[in-house]
Amino acid sequence: MADVAVLLKQVPDTNAKVVVNGGRVDEGAVNKWSMSPYDEYALEAALAMGGSITAITMGPDRAKKMLTDAAAVGASDLLHIAVDDLTTLDSNQVAEILAAAVAKTGANVVFCGKQAADTNAGTTGPGVAEKMGAGCVTMVSELSGDAGGFLALRPSAEGMERVSVSAPCVIAFDKTSNELRRPNVKGIMMAKKKAIESVSPADLGVDVGAASVTLQGQAPPAEKPAGQKFEGADSVATVVAKLRDEAKVL
Amino acid sequence: MVTVIASISGNNLHPVTAQLVGAAGDGVTVLCPGGAGAAEAAALSGVSKVLSVEGDCFGSFDGGAWASALAGVAEGRVYAAADANGREVAARLGVIKGIAVVQDVTAIDGDTITRPIYSGKANETLSVSGDCVLTLRPNTFEAAGDGGSADVSTVNASADVATAVQEAIAKASERLDVTEADIVISGGRGMGSIDNWGQLESIADKLGAAVGASRAVVDEWGLSHGIQVGQTGKVVNPSLYIAVGISGAIQHLAGMRSSKYIVAINKDADAPIFGVADYGIVATWEEALPALEAALGNL
Repeated sequence: MADVAVLLKQVPDTNAKVVVNGGRVDEGAVNKWSMSPYDEYALEAALAMGGSITAITMGPDRAKKMLTDAAAVGASDLLHIAVDDLTTLDSNQVAEILAAAVAKTGANVVFCGKQAADTNAGTTGPGVAEKMGAGCVTMVSELSGDAGGFLALRPSAEGMERVSVSAPCVIAFDKTSNELRRPNVKGIMMAKKKAIESVSPADLGVDVGAASVTLQGQAPPAEKPAGQKFEGADSVATVVAKLRDEAKVL
Repeated sequence: MVTVIASISGNNLHPVTAQLVGAAGDGVTVLCPGGAGAAEAAALSGVSKVLSVEGDCFGSFDGGAWASALAGVAEGRVYAAADANGREVAARLGVIKGIAVVQDVTAIDGDTITRPIYSGKANETLSVSGDCVLTLRPNTFEAAGDGGSADVSTVNASADVATAVQEAIAKASERLDVTEADIVISGGRGMGSIDNWGQLESIADKLGAAVGASRAVVDEWGLSHGIQVGQTGKVVNPSLYIAVGISGAIQHLAGMRSSKYIVAINKDADAPIFGVADYGIVATWEEALPALEAALGNL
């Protein structure tokens, strides 16, 4: 039984160009797939806490590589939920499948990123918490405590606040001050041998059914008309006047 | 029919609430969690009913309890603000009601919804069937005006909280949040050193602007991650974004390209930031910032 389940998503590296072809983002044009940045902080927090960690991801086969990366830094068990195209699922289906995967691990503490770098939505953490009947703290930049109860630092209207939450709970991480550990050679070699359990949503007991959201198409952002360009600091006054008179933003 | 979950700032309605109502059209029900802002909401054009939802759980933010308390009165399609609390309540509400959630929506045309993906490197269009919970990106939809005179009634609803605030920590600085400010001025590696940051802040103070930063300088100069603009930081869409000494890496552009007007100041005429700038100034920051400060003084 895992102490912590960590939800990880593989996304195009944030430095990668996104190319749209035929109304869909061209995955073949993505030169590098990475663990979503905030998920890295979630994994690091779980590793720092110690105990057994099950890394869970959902996605096509390519996502298994990211689980191996998680094992290389210390994840104890790896669970892959095979879904070829995540855009075919709506938010409820995602929450239901992931909650079923968490239940399978036996963990009642879940760590994840505050949002994934593809949709930037932030639905998954609290959505899974709701399915689990668990508390949730999002945007967490510092965490103390153990698997029984946590103190989490999150933003508030007045600044920041520390909130307490007990298991069962989901902690959705923002960037933390923890330095991310890098795999060493031994870790990489061990990870290559680590088994990845691959299951379908049906194996988890979830009858996915029809999605209530359907992807119609993806498109590059509207091109901005070319701007005006000026040479030298002498032009600053001209631009400021234009911001006032043309753009009317000053 | 659309139910809007009001966004509250202190004891008042956050301005984004009027945008949610504007996007929702007529016959809108507004829910005011905890009751704050109900009278203001009732005065918005298009609002037919305001429910002041009052209960113990609204004393501090707990997404699970809030969603649970609001679920009984959130009917039809639900709109909330795509801010941290709005997103969390929306995510929970979707599961409770068994309807889908789409976050950070930038356009709505009936059942056709548009949202940015990869922080704006692309957009996607979705069709929804049945009711859904949508969070709307602030400063994207036209705000409803005044002129409404809806009835306000009180509903008592609460739920068990799973979190408790143990310590409140005041903001380290009084500076505006980059996602809230109407003007953002950001600095990057081109500014040379953290020692020069004060010049950026001094102009921000003159403009009433928030100060942002590129990932490079947040990492290298130890600035707060909270001011980082980009795909791995904050996505901003102010009326005016001024980029100083920022070359314009893809991941930075993703965080600010939807700003209404963009001014770029960079000494490298070929910097990618000029590709998204409405007004580009090819100059060193050392020369441009004093000129900017002087020009603002003359306004």
